Amino acid sequence: MAVQPASTEIVSRTSAVINELKGLEGPLLPILHGIQDEFGYVPGESLPVIAEALNISNAEVHGVVTFYHDYRNHPAGRHVLKICRAEACQAMGGDSIAARVQQLLGVGFHETTADGSVTLEPIYCLGLCACAPAAMLDGEVIGRLDEEKLEEIAAEVRS
Amino acid sequence: MGLIQEIDFGTPASTSEKLVTLTVDGFEVSVPEGTSIMRASMEAGIAIPKLCATDMVDAFGSCRLCLVEIEGRNGTPSSCTTPVAPGMVVHTQTGRLKTIRKGVMELYISDHPLDCLTCAANGDCELQDMAGAVGLRDVRYGYDGDNHVFKKSGGVENFKWMAKDESNPYFTYDPSKCIVCSRCVRACEEVQGTFALTIEGRGFGSRVSPGMHQDFLSSECVSCGACVQACPTATLTEKSVIEIGQPEHSVVTTCAYCGVGCSFKAEMRGDELVRMVPWKDGKANRGHSCVKGRFAYGYATHKERILNPMIRENISDPWREVSWDEAFKHVAGEFRRIQYQYGKDSIGGITSSRCTNEETYLVQKLIRAGFRNNNVDTCARVCHSPTGYGLGQTYGTSAGTQDFDSVEHTDVAMIIGANPASAHPVFASRLKKRLRKGAKLIVIDPRRTEMVKSAHIEAAHHLPLKPGTNVAVVTALAHVIVTEGLFDEQFIRERCDWSEFQDYAEFVSDPRHSPEEVEKLSGVPADEIRGAARLYATGGNGAIYYGLGVTEHSQGSTTVIAIANLAMLTGNIGRKGVGVNPLRGQNNVQGACDMGSFPHELPGYRHISGDAVRDIYESLWGVKLDNEPGLRIPNMLDAAVEGTFKGIYIQGEDILQSDPDTKHVQAGLAAMECVVVQDLFLNETANYAHVFLPGSTFLEKDGTFTNAERRINRVRKVMAPKNGLGDWEVTQNLARAMGLAWNYTHPSEIMDEIAKTTPSFANVSYDYLETMGSVQWPCNDKAPQGTPIMHIDGFVRGKGKFIRTEYVATDEKTGPRFPLLLTTGRILSQYNVGAQTRRTANVMWHDEDVLEVHPHDAENRGIRDGDWVRLASRSGETTLRAVITDRVALGVVYTTFHHPDTQANVITTDFSDWATNCPEYKVTAVQVSPSNGPSEWQREYNEQARQSRRIEGHLEAAE
Repeated sequence: MAVQPASTEIVSRTSAVINELKGLEGPLLPILHGIQDEFGYVPGESLPVIAEALNISNAEVHGVVTFYHDYRNHPAGRHVLKICRAEACQAMGGDSIAARVQQLLGVGFHETTADGSVTLEPIYCLGLCACAPAAMLDGEVIGRLDEEKLEEIAAEVRS
Repeated sequence: MGLIQEIDFGTPASTSEKLVTLTVDGFEVSVPEGTSIMRASMEAGIAIPKLCATDMVDAFGSCRLCLVEIEGRNGTPSSCTTPVAPGMVVHTQTGRLKTIRKGVMELYISDHPLDCLTCAANGDCELQDMAGAVGLRDVRYGYDGDNHVFKKSGGVENFKWMAKDESNPYFTYDPSKCIVCSRCVRACEEVQGTFALTIEGRGFGSRVSPGMHQDFLSSECVSCGACVQACPTATLTEKSVIEIGQPEHSVVTTCAYCGVGCSFKAEMRGDELVRMVPWKDGKANRGHSCVKGRFAYGYATHKERILNPMIRENISDPWREVSWDEAFKHVAGEFRRIQYQYGKDSIGGITSSRCTNEETYLVQKLIRAGFRNNNVDTCARVCHSPTGYGLGQTYGTSAGTQDFDSVEHTDVAMIIGANPASAHPVFASRLKKRLRKGAKLIVIDPRRTEMVKSAHIEAAHHLPLKPGTNVAVVTALAHVIVTEGLFDEQFIRERCDWSEFQDYAEFVSDPRHSPEEVEKLSGVPADEIRGAARLYATGGNGAIYYGLGVTEHSQGSTTVIAIANLAMLTGNIGRKGVGVNPLRGQNNVQGACDMGSFPHELPGYRHISGDAVRDIYESLWGVKLDNEPGLRIPNMLDAAVEGTFKGIYIQGEDILQSDPDTKHVQAGLAAMECVVVQDLFLNETANYAHVFLPGSTFLEKDGTFTNAERRINRVRKVMAPKNGLGDWEVTQNLARAMGLAWNYTHPSEIMDEIAKTTPSFANVSYDYLETMGSVQWPCNDKAPQGTPIMHIDGFVRGKGKFIRTEYVATDEKTGPRFPLLLTTGRILSQYNVGAQTRRTANVMWHDEDVLEVHPHDAENRGIRDGDWVRLASRSGETTLRAVITDRVALGVVYTTFHHPDTQANVITTDFSDWATNCPEYKVTAVQVSPSNGPSEWQREYNEQARQSRRIEGHLEAAE
């Protein structure tokens, strides 16, 4: 796979994020978060720019980006729904919640609905075990999920 | 013979001097503090099972196979990451450990193909060995679930499976065989320093990825082979091993490329070379290699190699193949005729920096004793002759002061006019390793080379000077050191001549040498010069490494002297981590100089006018030697054009392509009556030859090469010469045909003669090299083990000599017609004139010479990236493609000279160093303009070359 030359727009927006965060100690992860905030994902064209700025190799940046689930390599839907699939939530009926949400949205995990409204993702522990089963919609946590709440969520993201 | 098996201790050696004693499986062993249990155990002769550990890289602790139990400690720590402690009692084999290891192995094998019989690594697979070592008998998990092994699982496409990457010409990457031990990634980072590999993904999805999920060829990979060597499985495998099979015996020899002089194991199957593997005991490379030495040996068996002697009356005739005897008789007859007709001094010869010391010695002996003149020169004339002069004048020896290991103690490295990442890659890797540990770097170079900034290294100061202003800039550094009182007075008083220092201090203190003044002519900001000078003078151990960017100037010798002055001023001479180190271009250019290849010097740099020295050789050789220096290469060519020089014997050098002002070289060669070329291929010079004597490769003969650190390394014959004779035998037979009674039966006898006649080689012999591995000259009764570091207690010449270094601008100046400055250099994948590397798959990286142009200069001229451009100077013109880059400064263009189609040396002028005639390759005033394709001259040249390579009875010309 040949690397496409970076478009100037992505490069300049990437550089702006880098310049803001470069001074931090261990700046790579904050920069990647910043870029994901900027673009909604981490564009492949940003990677060599980061590598150049931090004086590390393209491979190193790629290794870090692909290690973390949270960094996407393409844009997500308008909403991101994360359903906790970790042990406590599974014990509290998480499996049926997972099945139901896939049914309601018509997509599997790691997929985005055809209308681009929502991306469904599994997550492993939101630290909300006391309120299991739990989920996170666009950064907001939701506890004690049940069928009703799921339908509400589905309706909201579809609207 | 057998295959040389090097012990893998699992983790690198500790440098601590304090010993720690522990018990491993009941045996007491004492090792340096900081050693891992794994290594200590191996020292005791007990090999702990391991997969992710190898002693070229730091411990990682991921494979969980090397676990041990330690009395008094809980759990089963990994032996690679656990350091030894006094009194520790270690058990490497217990019931608990056996069970864990078997379980770990079972999991590894459950995601690994079981095609061992047809696998390329069969016979050289650590995974296979470990399965055997832990007694794995069964894999209970099967292959039905998730795996990386099969393209399809249960009839469905398996997306975890990845196809084999065969993009690199020399090795393949088969992800299905990968156990994700990270050895390749760590080798690329720690040993090579390129950081081209990573592990992408996580958990079961982890895979090795070159670059950003690219193939190897398009990634940042430089194909050094460190990953292939580190791989414990068939995941990274040499294509030659896939094709041929495992080697059955190996021989340690020395690489025939650059002046680093890496030691390799030539691994053989019969007389077929399977692969070259860097040898860990090699003191120059310490187990590392670059793409040239590791992989680019295919030229040795290339179809264009000439294997039969050939002669012709005129250079317009086709070649006629003849017997060796006829060739020798013909040459001897012609040379004697020419001498009879035009005088004794009308013939001469050129020794080769690619041949062995022994061969070089014989060629100069043939010229001095057989031709009875001193018309001998070598290609060092066009590269490092100013080093010989400059260091000889100031310190008393014509060589670098350090060994390569010294860089591990350097705090501030200064690189002047060199790009080791391209031209001396293994040294660059060692330097980068030191830089990553915190050493500082100063780069003085017109271009922003890889050394200025690349992954994890960045020069503290880059001085992008205008080509040709070296002397001014280095003198300005001295100005800062002297005027700011940063010099080492005690060192200077003890080791140098104080009055000469005072004179030099007065000279450099003059305001015209100040950074502010020098900025005006060099373009280097004064602050950078001041910063660099302060850092070098006060940053601890300061070492200077320099290359042809220093020597190949009209003031090359002056710059070398200025560098030597800097080191003396700051006391950076005579211990580890400091020194002045010329990076030698060719494998044996140091040796060729040592062996008396210069017209004014007998072996060991002793002037030909010295009666005592001549006596030694006169009595041994039984001839009277001429006490006047002979002609240098440029003088030979001038004399040829004038009609007084008519015959030349050129061993292994392509002067037409490598020497400056190609047209002048052409004219000189064309004016001669007998040009004898001894080479592997019909090189460019051979287009003007009357006799061609086929040469032999470094794989086909015994001998020694001397590298840039004065290290005499053995070259060992691994196959019979395809042309029938080693180069030393060719010279010997030629000498016999000319009536000399030579009778060497083996190159070791030639080395014995060298040792007998040359004090700095007095204790060198093949037997001694066999025991020592290698040795650095001087090696004599005063230094029986050789001399890794010179000038320890004082300079060889007595007191170090400061010499004034007045900057005189070169006569080659830019003007309205030629407003740009051309400078030339090297690229990683190609070597010198490219005769060898162009005949290997290395052309995949660099298949033509290109011209680097700054974006502004390009825009002014309407040149786009990839355009054909015409490059013209006062000497000539050529065409090539342009690459637009700001690596070069405004007003500077840059190219390489690896390809004869371009002939960059048509452009270069015949200006040369005032002291040594070393040509000024690095500065030529040029103009660049858009062009449609090859110039008239290039077309004519190529046609002439084609005509000249015809061989009677062969349908096609050889190249």
